[in-house]
Amino acid sequence: MSSHYEAPIREPLILGEKSYHDISVDVGAPILGKANKSWWIVFSIALVAFLWGLGCIVYTVSTGIGVWGLNKTIGWAWDITNFVWWVGIGHAGTLISAVLLLFRQKWRMAINRSAEAMTIFAVVQAGLFPIIHMGRPWLAYWVLPIPNQFGSLWVNFNSPLLWDVFAISTYLSVSLVFWWTGLLPDFAMIRDRTKSPFQQKIYGILSFGWSGRAKDWQRFEEVSLVLAGLATPLVLSVHTIVSFDFATSVVPGWHSTIFPPYFVAGAIFSGFAMVQTLLLVMRKVVSLENYITIVHIEFMNKVILLTGGIVTVAYLTEYFIGWYSGVPYENYTYLSFGAATGPYWWAFWALIICNLIVPLTLWVKKWRRNILWTFIVALIINIGMWFERFDIIVICLSKDRLASTWSMFSPTFVDIGVFVGTIGFFFVLFLLYARTFPVIAQAEVKSILKSSGERYKRIRESGKDLAGTATDERTSNYAARPQSLGVASNADATHHQSTVNADALVDTEAKKAEIDMMLARIGTYDPATQTPDDLKKISGVGPVLEQKLHQLGIYTYDQVSKMTKKEYDLLDEIIDGFPGRAERDDWAGQAQNLKN
Amino acid sequence: MASGNVLHVLYNDDDVLMKAVKEIRANKYRINEAYTPFPVHGLDKAMGLPHTRLAICSFIYGLIGLSVATLMMNFIMIEDWPRNIGGKPSFSYLQNMPAFVPIMFELTVFFAAHLMVITFYLRSKIWPFKKAENPDPRTTDDHFLLEVDTAGHDLDALSKFLYDTGASEISLIHNEEHA
Repeated sequence: MSSHYEAPIREPLILGEKSYHDISVDVGAPILGKANKSWWIVFSIALVAFLWGLGCIVYTVSTGIGVWGLNKTIGWAWDITNFVWWVGIGHAGTLISAVLLLFRQKWRMAINRSAEAMTIFAVVQAGLFPIIHMGRPWLAYWVLPIPNQFGSLWVNFNSPLLWDVFAISTYLSVSLVFWWTGLLPDFAMIRDRTKSPFQQKIYGILSFGWSGRAKDWQRFEEVSLVLAGLATPLVLSVHTIVSFDFATSVVPGWHSTIFPPYFVAGAIFSGFAMVQTLLLVMRKVVSLENYITIVHIEFMNKVILLTGGIVTVAYLTEYFIGWYSGVPYENYTYLSFGAATGPYWWAFWALIICNLIVPLTLWVKKWRRNILWTFIVALIINIGMWFERFDIIVICLSKDRLASTWSMFSPTFVDIGVFVGTIGFFFVLFLLYARTFPVIAQAEVKSILKSSGERYKRIRESGKDLAGTATDERTSNYAARPQSLGVASNADATHHQSTVNADALVDTEAKKAEIDMMLARIGTYDPATQTPDDLKKISGVGPVLEQKLHQLGIYTYDQVSKMTKKEYDLLDEIIDGFPGRAERDDWAGQAQNLKN
Repeated sequence: MASGNVLHVLYNDDDVLMKAVKEIRANKYRINEAYTPFPVHGLDKAMGLPHTRLAICSFIYGLIGLSVATLMMNFIMIEDWPRNIGGKPSFSYLQNMPAFVPIMFELTVFFAAHLMVITFYLRSKIWPFKKAENPDPRTTDDHFLLEVDTAGHDLDALSKFLYDTGASEISLIHNEEHA
């Protein structure tokens, strides 16, 4: 059908001979199967890291923030660095699911589910840091605008830190709802596929009883579109507001109007690097290479190139303005002994190399499509973007306006432990997700299969009609699925032709349907008004064959005379030992003569 | 609801389904419901379903969110406890508004998104512990099911017609509760 048309120049997004059923099978496999050894190994490592971090968090909260490496000059360091790093990583998920939806990019469908999962898990990690930094996390609710025991003392709505509270919590909750709504049809697919009653129950609850009515789908698509429209400015606002934490202050190096766009681009940059890191491993572990293809990887690398380019331009602009403004504080924040040649030179150059230089290799198409190199670049960008936040926060604070307070920051084992712990926590969540959630938005992928699947592209190229090509024998074979609900509630099969008594010949409902359709074409025999003709008179028909034809409801010359190639083929299929010569002997012509 | 009996007509191809829906409607048969494993584009139009008004709801919810944010911050920052922050006294909401824009935006999005999704769940009757109502488990896999009303039609003629539209299976369902 023309509605599935896609230009042949576009590379297929779903490789292999996939039918709709294949997608269900492939996406359901990791959930319905057992976890392999490598999953358990990675999960154990992540769990240990998480528990270690949990210990460090407990130590921090029970002893005090003094166990961190902070000092009088540098009051913000690892915690805020990690906060911004994690929030930034989250941005790619929303970009993929919302912005790419608005742009109607079909390649988002294979990766949006995991990218959104990453968003949610990353924002959870991010949220931990400000709460731990409060020192008394059980009072975290003080950031909410609620009347309290101190009288009418309210939160300060002029503060970017409070904006953060609203931005991050809106972002987290909207992302969660967006993600879950998209998951409903896929949970429903697992619910209907699994044989385990426990899973049926769990996925039944998780799927909210999704039934897939036409009206539900219409609303589903509308909700997805509107949520995408809302999430797009939301994601831009979140990192803009995070950048306000710095940009609205008067600290040299922070007081910069370029921060909002530069933070947003950096966030997407780092987020895509994290998506690559996760998906390159995941597609192997859960065997989804046919869905997350080299094309997807290349597209993501192109986004990395673009956002990396924006970040590069932002850095260069900052350095130029730092020099051009003639303000000494600005100048030494960036280029002179403050950063590039100062005590933190290694952090500065790590940032330049990881974020500016290394990603440039992706301009080469061969490297952009090289999985190993992509993985390495993604890791390097993850590290580089952490250093970017470290540079902005720690370097700028370390040399403020009063030379006597200049100081250095060195993290304690607790700082490092909490950070490692959040990485562990993130992977614990992601690994659990990969085992229990449909990691690909299978319903959406099915909707693009006919336009972007390799198999259908081939069929379309060969000039054939796509209608009817989705039939899959494994699900269309009625007899093979005795538990099918349709039979249970269908007390009598009256709608089949009553003259047909072919249970011995055909076993599938589909075949019965074809027989019905055949009789609809050649006419039915009515024992009340008609008498059967002697079909043996037709050359090639013996007593056994006649009986079989009778079973199929064929009794008269009139019926046989209306047969065409279509009917012969069907009979060939149904009757064992059918001569295959009906066409050659021209049964229809013979019957026509016998009739008269 | 019309009388009891309906036919559950299964298709295993979306293009065949689309053509069938158009033919069935052209022949004045009534399709009560369609269950599909993924959004078949254009199916709602072919079935004659009216537009959904969820986007309009979302817009209204967004306006509510914006109002809530404005009223809240006006009360807290201007009326109840005005403070002089950074040499910028809180005399009027309008003058101080630039600082309030981020939260006005966030609450607009918060209300628009969440209330719209809740409306969607309620309208489509989906929530935790709701039992699924798709008649065949394959409708979440690769089958498409049309529920066709049999009232006032000859069953044989109807099922023959439906098979001719490319249906792979048809079953007759007696609905006592609707009878």
